[in-house]
Order: sequence, then C-alpha cells, then structure tokens
Amino acid sequence: MSKKLLAAPYLIWMAGFIVIPLALIVYYGLTDRNGAFTVANVMSIAAPEHIKALRLSLGLSLASTVVCLLLAYPLAMILRNRGIGRGSFIVFIFILPMWMNFLLRTMAWQTLLEKNGVINGLLSFLHLPGQNLINTSGAIILGMVYNFLPFMVLPVYNVLCKIDDDTINAARDLGANGLQTFLRVWLPLSVPGIISGITMVFVPALTTFVISNLLGGSKILLIGNVIEQEFTRGSNWHLGSGLSLVLMIFILISMAVIAKYDKNGEGSAF
Amino acid sequence: MKKRFFAGGLTIMVMAAVLVGCGGGAADPVGEGEKENKSAEAGGSDELYVYNWGEYIDEDVITQFEEETGIRVIYDPFETNEEMYPIIEAGAVTYDAVCPSDYMIQKMIENDLLAEINFDNISNKDQIDPAYMEMSKAFDPENKFSVPYCWGTVGILYNTKRLEELGVEPPAKWADLWDERLSGEILMQDSVRDAFMVALKKDGFSMNSEDEGELRQAKDALISQKPLVQAYVIDQVRDKMIGGEAAVGVIYSGEMLYIQEEVASLGLDYTLEYVLPEEGTNLWLDCWVIPKNAKNKENAEKWIDFLCRPEIAKANFEYITYPTPNRGAFELLDEDLQNNKSVFPDIDSLVNCEVFRYLGDEVDSVYNDLWKEVKSN
Repeated sequence: MSKKLLAAPYLIWMAGFIVIPLALIVYYGLTDRNGAFTVANVMSIAAPEHIKALRLSLGLSLASTVVCLLLAYPLAMILRNRGIGRGSFIVFIFILPMWMNFLLRTMAWQTLLEKNGVINGLLSFLHLPGQNLINTSGAIILGMVYNFLPFMVLPVYNVLCKIDDDTINAARDLGANGLQTFLRVWLPLSVPGIISGITMVFVPALTTFVISNLLGGSKILLIGNVIEQEFTRGSNWHLGSGLSLVLMIFILISMAVIAKYDKNGEGSAF
Repeated sequence: MKKRFFAGGLTIMVMAAVLVGCGGGAADPVGEGEKENKSAEAGGSDELYVYNWGEYIDEDVITQFEEETGIRVIYDPFETNEEMYPIIEAGAVTYDAVCPSDYMIQKMIENDLLAEINFDNISNKDQIDPAYMEMSKAFDPENKFSVPYCWGTVGILYNTKRLEELGVEPPAKWADLWDERLSGEILMQDSVRDAFMVALKKDGFSMNSEDEGELRQAKDALISQKPLVQAYVIDQVRDKMIGGEAAVGVIYSGEMLYIQEEVASLGLDYTLEYVLPEEGTNLWLDCWVIPKNAKNKENAEKWIDFLCRPEIAKANFEYITYPTPNRGAFELLDEDLQNNKSVFPDIDSLVNCEVFRYLGDEVDSVYNDLWKEVKSN
C-alpha cells in the first residue's frame, strides 16, 4: 500500500505530461481542422518536400551517430582502463558542460563558426584563408555530435566497466591477439551499450530543430523544422501532429531494437 | 513587430501550458493585497491578462499601471502571430488585451474572435495620429476593434564598408538582393509572408497576391536566390549585421535606432544604412485588440487607454524603439529623433507600400507549402 502511494506522484506526472499530451498528438494527427477523422496528415509525409526533409534528417542523424560512436568507443575504453576513480573523474568532467543550457552551448558554436567568428579569426591571424563553416550540413552534424556525444559515451562506458578483467585475460591466455580480443570479446559484450547509445543519439538528432536552425541558418530544412514550423508559423497543429506520429514510428523501431539487444537494461546511461 | 527573443523552448512551454489547460503567467507580486482592496472599492475585477510580443513593452510601464489602477497584470509574451492565434482561438487561456499585427487582426475579425472596443473608455484615443487610424482601415475597416501601438516598414540594411570591398553599389531595390556578387552576404527574413513580400514586390506584384502564377514565380525567385543567402533569420539580422557578418539584410525598421546607437557605442569602423526599396515594401502596424472571450474587458480598455498616454507611449518607444503612432509622444521626443528618417519615414515616401492582408486559410496554406519548397530545396 505504502509503495503504491509513493508511486502516485509519478503516476500523476506520467498521466499529465506523457499520456495526455500523447493522446492529444494522436487526436490532432488523425483529425482535420473540422475535427473529422482523416489520415491525410500522416500520409502527407509522402509530399516531396517532407520526404526530402525526412531523408536529410535521417542522413544527418545517421552520420552524427556514426561519428559519436567512433569518438565514444575508444574514449570509453580508455576511461575503463584507467580504473574507477580516475575514470569517473574524467566522466564527470565530460558531462560537466551538460549542466549548461543546451541552447547556450549551441549558440556558442555559432560564435565559433561564424564568418567573423573565433575559428576564422584564428585562421586569418595565421594568414590562412577563411572557411565557410556555419550554415552547412557539416555544422549541423558537428552540433549534433557535440550535444549528444555524452549520451553515447556513458552507456558504452557503463557496459565496458561491467566486463570483467578476467574475461579479457582469459582471451589473451588462450592466444587471442589484440584485434581478436576486441572483435570476439569486447565488441560482442558491449553491444547493449552500443545499441542504447545509438538510440540515445539517433532519436534526438532525428527530431532536432534547434540545432539546424542555429547552425544551419534555417537554410537546411529537417523534419523537425517542418513540424516546428507547422506549430509556430503555419498554425496547422493537425499536420504537425500527423508528421510527429510518423517520427514516432522511427522512435518505436529503435525502442524495439533496444528491447531485443539490451534485455537486462545493462546499457542504461546512468 | 518582430522584436522577440529566440526561444524555441518558450513555444513548447506555452503549448504545454495550453495542453494541460492551465495558463500561468508572470504575475507581479508587488503590493498585491493593497491593490485588491483598492479595486474592490471600485467594484471591478482586479486582473488583466495581457498577451504581447516578446520585449515589446517597457516593464516599468506595467508596474506603473498596476500601481495606478490596482489591477494586477498577468503578462505573457508570444513570438509569432501564428503562434498566438490558435491560443486565442482555443480559449483555454482567456487574454484580455492582445497585440497582433495587421493581417492577423483581420483574420481575428473575420473569424469573430474580437470584441468591439468601447472608445468612450479610451480618452487618449485622440493622441493616435489620424493617419494611422486611416492606415489601419486596411484590416479594421471601421476602426472598431483595434488601437495602433507601433508601426514600421521593412527594408534593406547594408554595411557600407563591406559593399565597398565587394565593389557593389548600395542597394536601392529588392532586385539588388539577387546580385550574384553578394553571394553568402545576404540575410533574409525567416518567415513566409516577409520572404514572399520581397520576391513579389521585386517583380512588381502585390504582396497580398493570391495569383498562383505570381506566387510560383516568387517561389522560383526565392529558390534561385537561396544559394546567395547566408542565412534565414528573424531577430538575429540585427546582431549579425552589427557584428559585420553579412553585407545586406532584410530588417524591420524599428531596429534602426538600436543599431545606430550600438554601432556608435562600439566604435565600429563601418556604418550600417537603411533603405526603403523603391518597389515598395511592407508597411506594418501592430495594434491592441480585445478578444471576444475576455473576462476583464473594462480593465483592458483602461490598459489601452494607459498605453495611449503620451508619456507612457514615449517610455515604450524609448524601450522598444519602434516608431510610435502616438503624436503626443512624438512631440515629446528630441528634434534629432523626430527627424531621423530611418526611424520615422515620411508617410508620403511610402507610395508603393502595402499593409499585409489576411488571405484566408486556403491561400495561407498555399504560401506555406511554397515556402516549404523553398526551404527544402
């Protein structure tokens, strides 16, 4: 009884801020302006400009997920091998910037990448030609990697920490070289962390609109931007909700993947 | 019209507030009890829900109003007309005084969302220059629903030094924004109607065009311009131009005073000039209106009357720096300011200018779809 009582605040929270908004999205997504049932909002994902935006979003978020993984895995290996004390201090340093607001950190990249920004200032000081960095796909990928990298590092680091040194030593004793140990032991055992990291980077990257607005100069339209525009400028909540439902399918797919590979919740981030 | 801070999160917060059906606001806690007493004596309600553009009022004015009338002001900002509209329409939060722009007021009138203002309660209405009441007939034909608050134009801001370096003469018309030499040096407005206004006016069409051929032509023009555009931005035009990021930018005239002061105080080695394109431009007007479902209509009228007071309008002008239609306030300003043509252009010079009109939901969605094509290209 008392345990149930303790769960009450969360249940209220969940009902108010998860279930009801979700139900509203489904309602708006499946009705038109007159309140009649329609699937047109969802099907409008097939419109050329929406498909283009979706494809671009998928491309950019895949690219940033791959970059995150390539950066995070070696880092997590290094941290693990440093032992718990020093490793966790570095992890602490690593997540420290996350205490700052996400918007501010992204705007800071604007200042760095701008035409008269810090990086181009340094380049011109060294008499090197200025680079056009901001308002490109590259800048958006950079922003995504920068913002979501900790979400990749932490689950991978956690899962690596759980691999017993004895397992590694056994592999070496039995004659496996470094590469073989990595491919046959490290990698298979860390799959839950990798999968969890991939979804935690991929899903927010797929749906972001702030990063593409700030670092893409609104020249690059991602599916997240389309939805945001429908809500804030188009005054068409129905279409925005319909497209959100389509995005939810991708999120459900990635959750299904997690459930398949990470049965024990080993790869959880924190 | 467009002085607002960038906050994606704000939109989400506002939406969340609506979704769960509770509209909180930044209530002013100062001396609440005392005020309640005062207005209880007066026999009216003591609350006023105000919905206005972000950074579109001198906050001291709100405090002053509260102290004077004993009415507690609950003040919420919005970022775009389009974001404000569904919130008023849904009525989950009932605002008493709202400050939308021209075409949106027309839409609200047509959809029967506005209450007629009782001008007997607006004793300062004569302070509003009749020229602007005339202007607002474009969207409020009988001047029954709205009281002008700020107005202005949209034009081109350019960096004299940067243009010299590029060997480009200063722009005089919208078509100059299609000059290939300005590649990567152009800042465009990131909103449907403003962007299409530029393209439509360039080809001599009305910015309220409903003709599909004209709109397609404008869309193609915007697509062909896109490679030259550095970024589509709204408020950031101001800071990016001050920072010397781009050579030309499309901007709301109200930012000029701030820009001129900033350039002077930073001691920059370039100057920024504002030009009204000769093809004509958008003449906009933001007005106070009272939604039909307002619960405190009389308080809203007091509020509007208060804002029409010359000293108050002057304080607001000094804070927001957008031209005021209040002639009393205008007369209180320094002569330098009165003669600053980039802040207060002569009304006669605005020959080809138009006021945005609401074109109906269908045409609106045509604009939106075409704009999406531009953006996704």
